[in-house]
Amino acid sequence: MTPTGRLAFAVAALMCSVAAAQAQEDDVVKIGVLTDMSSLYSDIGGPGSVAAAKLAVEDFNPAAHGMKVEVISGDHQNKPDIGANLARQWYDVDHVDVIVDVPTSSVALAISEITREKNKVFLGSGPASSDLTGPKCSPNTIQWTYDTWMLANGTGKAVVKTGGDTWFFLTADYAFGQALERDTTKVVLANGGKVLGSVRHPLQTSDFSSFLLQAQASKAKIIGLANAGGDTVNAIKQGAEFGVTSGGQHFAGLLVFINDIEALSLKTAQGLVLTETWYWDMTDANRAFTKRWQASRPGKFPSMVPAGVYSSVIHYLKAVAALKSDTDGRAVVAKMKEMPTDDALFGKGSIRADGRKLHDAYLFEVKAPDESKYQGDDYKLRATIPAAEAFRPLKDGGCPLIGG
Amino acid sequence: MERVIEPPVLARQRETSWSLTAAFVVMVAIFAIGPFVVYPVFLMKALCFALFACAFNLLIGYVGLISFGHAMFFGWASYVTAYAAKSWGWPPELAIIVGTAAAAVLGVVAGSLAIRRQGIYFAMITLALAQMLYFFALQAKFTGGEDGIQGVPRGHLFGVFDLSNEMTMYLFILVVFLAGFLLIYRIINSPFGEVLKAIRENEQRAISLGYKTERYKLVAFVLSATLAGLAGSLNSLVFQLASLTDVHWSMSGDVVLMTLLGGLGTVFGPVVGAFLVIAMENYLAPFGQWVLVIQGAIFVVCVLLFRRGIVGELAQVLRVQL
Amino acid sequence: MWEQAAGGAGRDMFEVFGIPSQALFGQLLLGLINGSFYALLSLGLAVIFGMLDIINFTHGAQYMMGAFAAYLLLHHIGIGYWQALVIAPILIGLTGVLIERLFLKHLRNLDPLYGLLLTFGLGLVIEGLFRNYYGSSGLPYQVPEALQGGRNLGFMFLPNYRAWVIVLSLAVCFATWFAIERTRLGSYLRAATENPVLVRAFGINVPRMVTLTYGFGVGLAALAGVMAAPIYNVSPQMGSDLIIVVFAVVVIGGMGSIMGAILTGFALGIIEGLTKVFYPEASNTVIFVIMAIVLLIRPSGLFGRSA
Repeated sequence: MTPTGRLAFAVAALMCSVAAAQAQEDDVVKIGVLTDMSSLYSDIGGPGSVAAAKLAVEDFNPAAHGMKVEVISGDHQNKPDIGANLARQWYDVDHVDVIVDVPTSSVALAISEITREKNKVFLGSGPASSDLTGPKCSPNTIQWTYDTWMLANGTGKAVVKTGGDTWFFLTADYAFGQALERDTTKVVLANGGKVLGSVRHPLQTSDFSSFLLQAQASKAKIIGLANAGGDTVNAIKQGAEFGVTSGGQHFAGLLVFINDIEALSLKTAQGLVLTETWYWDMTDANRAFTKRWQASRPGKFPSMVPAGVYSSVIHYLKAVAALKSDTDGRAVVAKMKEMPTDDALFGKGSIRADGRKLHDAYLFEVKAPDESKYQGDDYKLRATIPAAEAFRPLKDGGCPLIGG
Repeated sequence: MERVIEPPVLARQRETSWSLTAAFVVMVAIFAIGPFVVYPVFLMKALCFALFACAFNLLIGYVGLISFGHAMFFGWASYVTAYAAKSWGWPPELAIIVGTAAAAVLGVVAGSLAIRRQGIYFAMITLALAQMLYFFALQAKFTGGEDGIQGVPRGHLFGVFDLSNEMTMYLFILVVFLAGFLLIYRIINSPFGEVLKAIRENEQRAISLGYKTERYKLVAFVLSATLAGLAGSLNSLVFQLASLTDVHWSMSGDVVLMTLLGGLGTVFGPVVGAFLVIAMENYLAPFGQWVLVIQGAIFVVCVLLFRRGIVGELAQVLRVQL
Repeated sequence: MWEQAAGGAGRDMFEVFGIPSQALFGQLLLGLINGSFYALLSLGLAVIFGMLDIINFTHGAQYMMGAFAAYLLLHHIGIGYWQALVIAPILIGLTGVLIERLFLKHLRNLDPLYGLLLTFGLGLVIEGLFRNYYGSSGLPYQVPEALQGGRNLGFMFLPNYRAWVIVLSLAVCFATWFAIERTRLGSYLRAATENPVLVRAFGINVPRMVTLTYGFGVGLAALAGVMAAPIYNVSPQMGSDLIIVVFAVVVIGGMGSIMGAILTGFALGIIEGLTKVFYPEASNTVIFVIMAIVLLIRPSGLFGRSA
């Protein structure tokens, strides 16, 4: 090695002895909205989630509690490595106390681990994977709005019970899609239905005609869409074109948001059955929130994800106010589980020991164009699934925090 | 027709010019002080990608071959190392070695297929191979699909150094990076490197002089692939995560951007380019929606105005070798 | 609530590799339809590379802009699909002219890889800007009244719109090929590419031809976009999903050859269609396998001129 190199090595060797621990206390509660700003899910979470978080802080009124609260945001681009990097930096350098949203399961799993390591708080109102309250549950993580078990059971069970007993799946070929198909298959079979077949398509496929043909040939009453985002929209749009619905078959959207319905237009999406835990037009409080939210997102409608961000942030701030401290993540989460939740959007609810937030789920059907009176009037309520039934029973999750 | 790479002004010198040594000292000094000023994890990421870009530059800057599939080496080494460290419980040094070896094997296979062609066709073959490997990564069980391999333990280097300490890890990454960087420099300035440059200038003439150019190109390709794999292995340990992003074609695009921005065919260009791109991704994250637009704009501006890249233009202006 | 689905006609069928023949014919026809779409999309790219030696990576974004133009024309001005088929390509073609004048002109004498990098960057910028403004979910666009519905062919239900796609694609592909390979204008263009100085000496304005040709190629991309709007989700990322496949088509067909791109587009549609039946997960990847094989056997593609 050159003399220069040796010198560099020696200098660097001294760095080994430098301590790394930097636990910081400060008097600002910093909320980090980690979301997808630039790709597939930017309409479902994205700037809308940031807007919701800011509204939540406004409504909480930090000054009245003697607190200072700050909201920052970042784009994880649906990539676990970028999300992980940003989370680490936020926790280590920027003194962020809680991360919210994260609408991508693979990123959420990584964030959950880092949050546990750094003893902060993660409120996932975006991710779907039910593993977050199952095998990968954590004392620092709460899954807020929905999960794959709820979706499978909500849509699956309700549809089978009302006569849709033969299914064919269109599944996105990645872990999330396969999990959704697996969970829904279990529910369909358990309720006396039959699965006649399935086909796995690559993620971000434009043309579904071939897969739809296979679905039509199966003659199943229900075509279950175990995919999300653009794939779901394309499948439904082309389904209408190929006469799937006029031929008597129905689509069941296993993960559909109001933004997808707006992209499809009611003409194409009518009759679609889906499950969400919040709808903007259901109560006056929801409508009022939506109006305020639309100030920054004109022409768009909030899905259940920003609503979940709002709800989780308010409850978090209440817990911090009660504890008078935000440094110990586990303690804050424990406090959040102890206090029953109550906010304008989700009403009264609770958080379970495994980190699962509980609230009612709703089975919606998309209206026909002549049933809709104004932009955004997209859903009619088919059934309400009470909180106790909507989510996976505590003992079945396999969460290490719970005895079994 | 202008070649993709222009040799810097004083490239014919055999011995190391003073400018290169000075730049090297500056670089090491910056890295030594760096972790005290800037977040160490950011620096580690930048160092991994700097190594990746240097490896890529070896191929395009000195052999004149542009590869659109380098992510396959970076990503697969990353997966193998992550799997070895997590599921087999191997210590970090062994995990890195097996990951890099996997990249080398891939390099031999991909190289022997792709070397037969030149220019855009070479690039498209590398792209096709990378896409197939992406598909394989998506389907294989051990890669964990889009969740990737998470929670990879950093372990204890040689059983002694605890790599979960950020500073220790940083030092390790820095040492490996410098070793890789110096290795590439030695390759370029060796008889072997001279033959590569001859091939780049005029392959027909090199053949007529008796050199088996295919073999030289293949060796250069495998070296480039191996070092790219080394960068990937390190990356998976830094972030304790290996994911589909690492094998996606946008990762191949990223390394092209870094090298172009820094300066194709310069010694320090890829390092500068890597740091700038990573810094941009990091510090512009709050403006999330704009990062991709800005990256695209940089491509455009670079190609139109700074074809030699930042370091290349600097070298031209100062009339030194960088 | 859920009526029994009405299926296709129950003819006698034989099985091919475990797939009933009916289903197979249906898939083949769908493959042909998709192939015609690929052919149309890669046509613009082939024209631009074949004539101008520019590797136009902005193609995906220009296709997307065509679809968006159709949407905007309908929602802001009330101009429907049929007029959009003509207006949108002209509008987007003009933006192509701008791009050529502002950016590509300066790269004329450089290695084509520079053009690739620049157009790639432009594509990112355009897609990013659209996404920032319109979001990523997509915008609704319907199949035009006259083409709605379809007919039951016995082995499958063929939407009228898809039949229209084949017809229009074939027409445009043939017209373009004819214009370039068989007319005098086309021969000027081909000559100008091979020997610009000499052609200029004959008094033909070569730079203008280059600009207009690029604009034409871009217009073709936009035309494909308008045709896609009723059936594919109109979103900012619709182009980047397809660009890499289209690229592969052009490379396989041979980067100088118009006919190569057209034939490969169709062939690929059919092969992809078959893959969707037998190994659907790989339907995105099969084209790359083919590309690698073709490039190893015939380095310039199936119909290309030697590099």
